[in-house]
Amino acid sequence: MNFRHKYMFLLPGLLVLLGILIFPIGFTVRLSLSSWDSFYPGLDFIGIENYIRLFTDDLRFWEAFGRLSMLSLTTVFLQYVIGFSLALMVWKDIVFQRFFRVLFLIPMMTTPVIMTVIWRTFFHESLGPVNDFFNLFGMNPLWLSSEILAKFTVILVEVWQWTPFMFLLLLAGLLSLPKEPYLAASIDGAGPIRTFVYVTFPLMAPISIGAIIIRLIEASKIMDTVYVLTSGGPGTSTETSSFYIFIKGLREFQFGYSAALSLTYLIIMIISFTIIAKILVKLMVRGN
Amino acid sequence: MKNSIRVGVLVGSTALLGSLAHADQWSDQFPHIKNTGDIAGECSYDAMSKKDYSGQKLTINTHAVPVMGEPTALHAEQFSALTGAEVNVIHTPAGDLYSKAMVPFQAGQAPYDIVFGFSNFIRDWKQYLQPVPAKYVNMAQMQDVTQSHIDVNSWDGEMIQFPIDGDRHYLKYRRDVIDNPEYQAKYKAETGNELRIPQTWKEYAEMAAFFNGWDWDNDGELEYGSAEVMKKDDLMFAAFFSRSVAYSKNPRVKGGFFFDLETMEPLINGPGFVEALTDWVEATKYVPPGGINFGLGDEINSFGGGQTLFSFSWDDAFVKAMEDDSPIKNKVGAAPLPGATRVWNRDSGAWEQEFNQAPYIVWGWTAAVAKKSKNHDMAFDYLCFFANDANHQADIGIGRFGVNPFKKSDFVPEIYVERQGWDPEIAKQYADTLMEMEEGSTNRVFPLRVPGVFQFNSAVATGTSKALAGQLSPQEALDEVAAEWTKIVKRIGADTIREAYAIGVALEDAE
Repeated sequence: MNFRHKYMFLLPGLLVLLGILIFPIGFTVRLSLSSWDSFYPGLDFIGIENYIRLFTDDLRFWEAFGRLSMLSLTTVFLQYVIGFSLALMVWKDIVFQRFFRVLFLIPMMTTPVIMTVIWRTFFHESLGPVNDFFNLFGMNPLWLSSEILAKFTVILVEVWQWTPFMFLLLLAGLLSLPKEPYLAASIDGAGPIRTFVYVTFPLMAPISIGAIIIRLIEASKIMDTVYVLTSGGPGTSTETSSFYIFIKGLREFQFGYSAALSLTYLIIMIISFTIIAKILVKLMVRGN
Repeated sequence: MKNSIRVGVLVGSTALLGSLAHADQWSDQFPHIKNTGDIAGECSYDAMSKKDYSGQKLTINTHAVPVMGEPTALHAEQFSALTGAEVNVIHTPAGDLYSKAMVPFQAGQAPYDIVFGFSNFIRDWKQYLQPVPAKYVNMAQMQDVTQSHIDVNSWDGEMIQFPIDGDRHYLKYRRDVIDNPEYQAKYKAETGNELRIPQTWKEYAEMAAFFNGWDWDNDGELEYGSAEVMKKDDLMFAAFFSRSVAYSKNPRVKGGFFFDLETMEPLINGPGFVEALTDWVEATKYVPPGGINFGLGDEINSFGGGQTLFSFSWDDAFVKAMEDDSPIKNKVGAAPLPGATRVWNRDSGAWEQEFNQAPYIVWGWTAAVAKKSKNHDMAFDYLCFFANDANHQADIGIGRFGVNPFKKSDFVPEIYVERQGWDPEIAKQYADTLMEMEEGSTNRVFPLRVPGVFQFNSAVATGTSKALAGQLSPQEALDEVAAEWTKIVKRIGADTIREAYAIGVALEDAE
């Protein structure tokens, strides 16, 4: 086959790739070098002015980034622990195994925005049922209005919504584990805890790392939960990077600047996830 | 202006009262107008039924249900039934109305024939909108609109947006508490002060704190002092400005409330605004639990549902409280926004120790036709039908609709008594309060209508919400807002913003 024919076959795929990936990124780069906003629509050229503004004059973005890191690491850690526990629970033969497997997946199958509206109603401080219960004990927690509790509520909703995803991946991993190591552990007289620590957990390390990274990528884009639940408040206590970029881009209509924010955020994320993946591999696989 | 409004009111009220309870074929078909029947006019039900828009499609971007979204959809359905047009209504959250229209505007597309939004979008949107044709501007229905709201919807004398709503912030209170002799005596005994309609924000705070957290209407549930829009980004900037006008709008100082028109220096961190924000932070102690997270809908339901003593914002909470199924119907009152015992003078750099009060005309909802729409005639007919007299009279009686008085004939107490069963005294107080704001005061404040208005309002929301959450002191929060405003002015250009701001200042400074 002529060498050029190979390119002919690759061309359709390349064109699609260019259209859906390269062009938007290229356009975003160009946009980030412009001052496009509500009053000056258009791709003028202002050099790296938006980036200078970001690194020298926008503390709010970096505060939001710190908050995002805390929220995403906490939620993913909790999702991993709870998801793994649930997966272990329905891995072995138990009564109503199929029922529980489906039950644990339900939160993931619901629409996040709708569920967050329902959670917001639950946690409404003066009208919601959660505080009706707490009122019985003379308490009235401010789930959405206190800086600390608002963060807790966001974490709770995120964990509830996305633990099933972790559960699904980890259960699939557990079901694919070989039986031989367990037979050997049984012959050696290992109990359930030692079997988990020395057999199950190490064998699950590769899929655990994959699941954690996938969830971290998703959690770092947290937007709808914050938007519906708290609008980033009270103050800026639940404002995350993606919500801040949304405000700058689609609320204040600073397209050029929000493009610079998005690109910077993308680069930070790529570097962060590469480092996190390496650390996890070192801890969970090589450490084994 | 005063005389013209009075003559208009007389003519309008005669026409409207004459149409009372005139059921007709249209009210049989459209129960929404059962109280008035169709009212003759250029865009009445009868006039619209003679139009034929069969096979044509109208796309409208409006607010979420119910506020403004529900009447848009209802009138779309009626318009469709009358004219044969296919009307597609898209609902959008308040915070996204601006961008949802602006993105296609800037991209040169026309996905919507009609866009709903806030009238202070006008400076950013105007180049993408089709001016209202003369035949609509000159029709009788439009002659009934107050001059304030003609101005609101116009830019440099040209009507760009179609008047569908009238808005201003005013005080709402529980008459059954404030006028209750038993509570008056108790309040006097415990505070040494008179229980009356609060004249100042300090009185408001003292009364709200006194009536916070106990069951003062004996319904078995706790009541609270005040319901306010405090949720970040949910129109909270307007609530803050309502609290600021008394301290900062000095009738003896001309040339800008938000900026010094000459220098374009922000005034937002001046002592008057700081005093207002300090009051507002204090208010977090007498709002219902979670009140710091109340959006407009929460405020309407809270006061309208009988949960609080006071509220201040648009008409909706008041109208909801006065609906037939409300437990507090005819137990509420309307009054001008509280004032202050001192007002800041930025010229002298000192407080003036005298009573000051200023209405805040929050221009509110409006709608306009996209310049690139291919259905201009049908779109303007829809808007004209939306605001026709029969629809308007029905809409203003439904609190959740968010449609409020903006026609001279709306300021007639009798229509509220006859059609909506209001107590005559309350109806008069309501009409007088609104009328006074329309024509009485010469110390009014109008919202910003400048390029990049969303950037300015967003900065205010962020700064004030930090103060309410206790992240910053009021002075620190407003210093941060002022610094942000200065940067926005620099980015967009001081001259560009001054040119637009001068139009609003001219209205404020007019005697």
